[in-house]
Amino acid sequence: MEVLIALAIGILTACGVYLVLRARTFPVVLGLTLLSYGVNLFLFAAGRLAVGRPPVIAAGSPGYTDPLPQALVLTAIVIGFAMTAFVIVLAIKARSELGNDHVDGSHGP
Amino acid sequence: MNLPLAVLAPFLGALLVAWVSRRGTNHAAWAAAGVTLATLALLAPLLPAPFAGHTVIQRLTWMPSVGLDLGFRLDGFGMLFALMILGIGLLIVLYARYYFSERDPLGRFYAEMMLFMGSMLGVVLSENVIQLLVFWELTSLSSFLLISYWPQREEARRGSRMALTVTGAGGLALLGGLLILGQIAGSYELTDILAAGDRIRAHPLYLPALVLILLGAFTKSAQFPFQFWLPNAMAAPTPVSAYLHSATMVKAGVFLLARLFPALSGTPEWLVLVGGTGLATLLVGAVIALFKHDLKGLLAYSTISHLGLIAMLFGIGTPLSALAGVFHIINHATFKASLFMAAGIIDHETGTRDMRRINGLWRTMPHTATLAMVAAAAMAGVPLFNGFLSKEMFFTEAVGVSERMDLGWLVPLAVTVAGVFAVAYSLRFIHDVFFNGEPVDLPRSPHEPPRWMKVPVEILVAICLLVGMLPALTVEPILAVAAQGVLQGPLPPHDLAIWHGFSPAFAMSLLALAGGGLLYLGRRPLFRLHTHLEGRLETRKVYDWLVAGLFGLGRWATDRVDTGSLQRMLAVFFCSALVLGAAGLWSDLSLDGGRAGLPPDGVSLLAALSLGTVAVLAAAWHRRRLTALLLVGAVGLVVSIAFVKLSAPDLALTQLSVEVVTVVLLLLALYFLPQESPPEPGIWRHARDLALAIGAGLGAAALAWGVATRPLDSIGDYFLTNSVPGGGGANAVNVILVDFRGFDTLGEITVLAIAAIGIYAMLDRLRLPAPERDWTGRAWDSDVHPVVLAAFARILLPLALLVSVFVFLRGHNLPGGGFIAGLVTAVALILQYLANGVSWTNDRLPGDLHPTIGAGLLIATLTGLGSLVLGYPFLSSAHGHVHLPLLGDLELASAMAFDLGVYLAVVGATLSILIHLGLLHRGSHNPDAHAAAGRETD
Repeated sequence: MEVLIALAIGILTACGVYLVLRARTFPVVLGLTLLSYGVNLFLFAAGRLAVGRPPVIAAGSPGYTDPLPQALVLTAIVIGFAMTAFVIVLAIKARSELGNDHVDGSHGP
Repeated sequence: MNLPLAVLAPFLGALLVAWVSRRGTNHAAWAAAGVTLATLALLAPLLPAPFAGHTVIQRLTWMPSVGLDLGFRLDGFGMLFALMILGIGLLIVLYARYYFSERDPLGRFYAEMMLFMGSMLGVVLSENVIQLLVFWELTSLSSFLLISYWPQREEARRGSRMALTVTGAGGLALLGGLLILGQIAGSYELTDILAAGDRIRAHPLYLPALVLILLGAFTKSAQFPFQFWLPNAMAAPTPVSAYLHSATMVKAGVFLLARLFPALSGTPEWLVLVGGTGLATLLVGAVIALFKHDLKGLLAYSTISHLGLIAMLFGIGTPLSALAGVFHIINHATFKASLFMAAGIIDHETGTRDMRRINGLWRTMPHTATLAMVAAAAMAGVPLFNGFLSKEMFFTEAVGVSERMDLGWLVPLAVTVAGVFAVAYSLRFIHDVFFNGEPVDLPRSPHEPPRWMKVPVEILVAICLLVGMLPALTVEPILAVAAQGVLQGPLPPHDLAIWHGFSPAFAMSLLALAGGGLLYLGRRPLFRLHTHLEGRLETRKVYDWLVAGLFGLGRWATDRVDTGSLQRMLAVFFCSALVLGAAGLWSDLSLDGGRAGLPPDGVSLLAALSLGTVAVLAAAWHRRRLTALLLVGAVGLVVSIAFVKLSAPDLALTQLSVEVVTVVLLLLALYFLPQESPPEPGIWRHARDLALAIGAGLGAAALAWGVATRPLDSIGDYFLTNSVPGGGGANAVNVILVDFRGFDTLGEITVLAIAAIGIYAMLDRLRLPAPERDWTGRAWDSDVHPVVLAAFARILLPLALLVSVFVFLRGHNLPGGGFIAGLVTAVALILQYLANGVSWTNDRLPGDLHPTIGAGLLIATLTGLGSLVLGYPFLSSAHGHVHLPLLGDLELASAMAFDLGVYLAVVGATLSILIHLGLLHRGSHNPDAHAAAGRETD
């Protein structure tokens, strides 16, 4: 399972980085989204992987996984949404002001 | 707890003054005076203690684990400064009321002055030296604001920048010095540091600490070679110069010398560095002052010279010289503040400060002239005025120190020369301004200023005279306690009499008076020489050169790295991250941590495979944006499934709902962006990006593998153990969010709110052209809101809301909570907008969501404050059980109120972001709707 998660994180990071390096705003935002999936999974995996051990206290539970990374990732997901929204609106604003959607704002439409 | 309150009062007072000033200038002045008096009243009950030989120390615990407490200290020396700051401050408040014209924003002046007053009180009343440094920096900042009071003037902007740069750089050095000092003494409390003098002086790090601390003190007190900022700060209004740049702030440097006197003084290094710098400053300031044609320029250099004198007294290092230093601090504050005020009156009345034009004012302003002449006589050190007494002591000390060193006779000679120049520039101030023929084409015809403008000067001049003639009756008691505060021990025998018999010091005084008179008579050839030399020997040029060099270096370095291309910057960034990360991985011996992993199963394998495929396809097909977006959405779904599998139900729910919102958001946004990306030229660039991406992916995978296979030693157990007994909830994740780490959550919903408001601000009044057709050339569907979808959505709404209430209520014990419930609600409402259109939905829902966001933040903050009121740390939770029908045993914790705040903030922010993007849509989609949309959004 650890291999699979590590590979998933690697692929998400690779695709995210590739998209972030593109010249137009929309792919960059998609790349950031993919990167944040990768980062969230990584933070989550830092609490180690466990199956069937949710951190909800209950009698007869076989044990619990670490709740702290989960709490961190939960807020990170929500903040990630806010930042994605902010960046994409910035992209719209930039296109309306500059007339093109190039990340440097200095190229033809 | 009067001391912390007294320091806090002016800061609060600044707000009060700024608020009151809207009602008029007089209100602001009265408020400022009231604040100053209130601060004095707070200190008053503590004043007897220093006289009785006690040091008052009051502490507020802050971070005891790292030695950071807020500590305040009132001993004789601190008391002297506090009284000077408040007393002269009061006079300045009165004076400034008449100095400024109707056009000047007086409320701002008074508010900034209160800020400064509070900062300065903080410096002189701090027990903890780090805290002292914080207030020290605050004085630099408030002084920056005050110097640039007339920001439209170029010299004010330059002067304030220069003062901030020099004193700020000194503050940085001081921080380093104080940290070393604290490490040597083992404590940052002044009491401990002052008691550890012998250990500090014997320590190998004594010299670095001393040099750094002195850099701070010397820059603040305008000692040579840092003196240049003070004359440039004269661009400030004269009340500021009188208050900050003569009586108080520049004294902070010598205050520090005196404060740390028992800990640092008494070594040869101290004598050479402090005494030598003081002597150099004394001479340089006195000589230059004579040649300044600007009234305030003369006073500024004279101030530099006197600060040098005080520094030298502390540098000499005997108990008696320290006492003389304290005495001169008092005397200089009184006569120099009154001289500045007199200069301000003259500027106010004549419209100029150029002494080549101001002449013969004795006829038109006899009263002001008398006052200024008395103060100038004190500055020159004429007998019967207060300056004479401390100068006599200074001369005595100079003679004393000359016996302790080789070539010591140079010291009395040099200080006598400085005395000669001091007499000469004082004479010039009197003779050039009030006599010396007729005024030369003044902008205004001078006459006496308003009655109340002279009162502060009169009070200060009266003090000069009283202290000068009856020192033992007037100044002796406070001088004695203040000097005891400096020495932290018994006072040396001293005698404040005017007449000590014919001593060498008296001879030096006579020599200075006579020589000064002669020098002034023969000034004309010297002035010519000075005009010839002017501008060649200025340390300001070194400063300008340094600043220009730093800016040049900065620009050069930025130009090398930043070409203005985001792609290139990111490539550099990823490259550096890769290199650093690879270096880190290399040094570790084994990537595999050896922890037994979970066996993979078929479903997980399938999920990972699909996630990889979809992500790679999204990257490969990124130019077809809609396709890429849908694929990214699919990746998000697989990630949420992974969370389900790996024991993170809360994360799965959050990811799922965020995914929905994100995809809707990006779809809305895509409408306004090109539907396809143009091809990017350059095979080499693609290859580079691909290599970077693969490298980053491999690195991330290796890192994840390394982390996930290592044994875990986590603080998570603490949360699991304390979740139920401490937080009253079984869902540890939710308890962490709303209780243990509630402060973080509060910060996060605040960020969410800021993002929502930022987006609102960016979209406000934005009008965009929208495509008539989609990218394949088809026209948009005319059926914008399909009936079936609309009907289903309306039925779904109550169900979805019910689900979100359920998720919210059970969140403390089972997966759920404010974040998830908020997102579910937001999704349900967004569905209404999508299905029924903005106008239909807006008619039925409150259109303005900012109150909802605000209410959420307010509830969350108030819940936290509630626990503070009850005496618990911020955001601690209280809980109890309530049994409700249907829902069962419900844990009703105060954390639930906090979670409600989270819920409201999330709903408000999410909806606000999407609705404003949606409104933008409507304004552009249909030309007829432009006007209507404009009405609604405005």
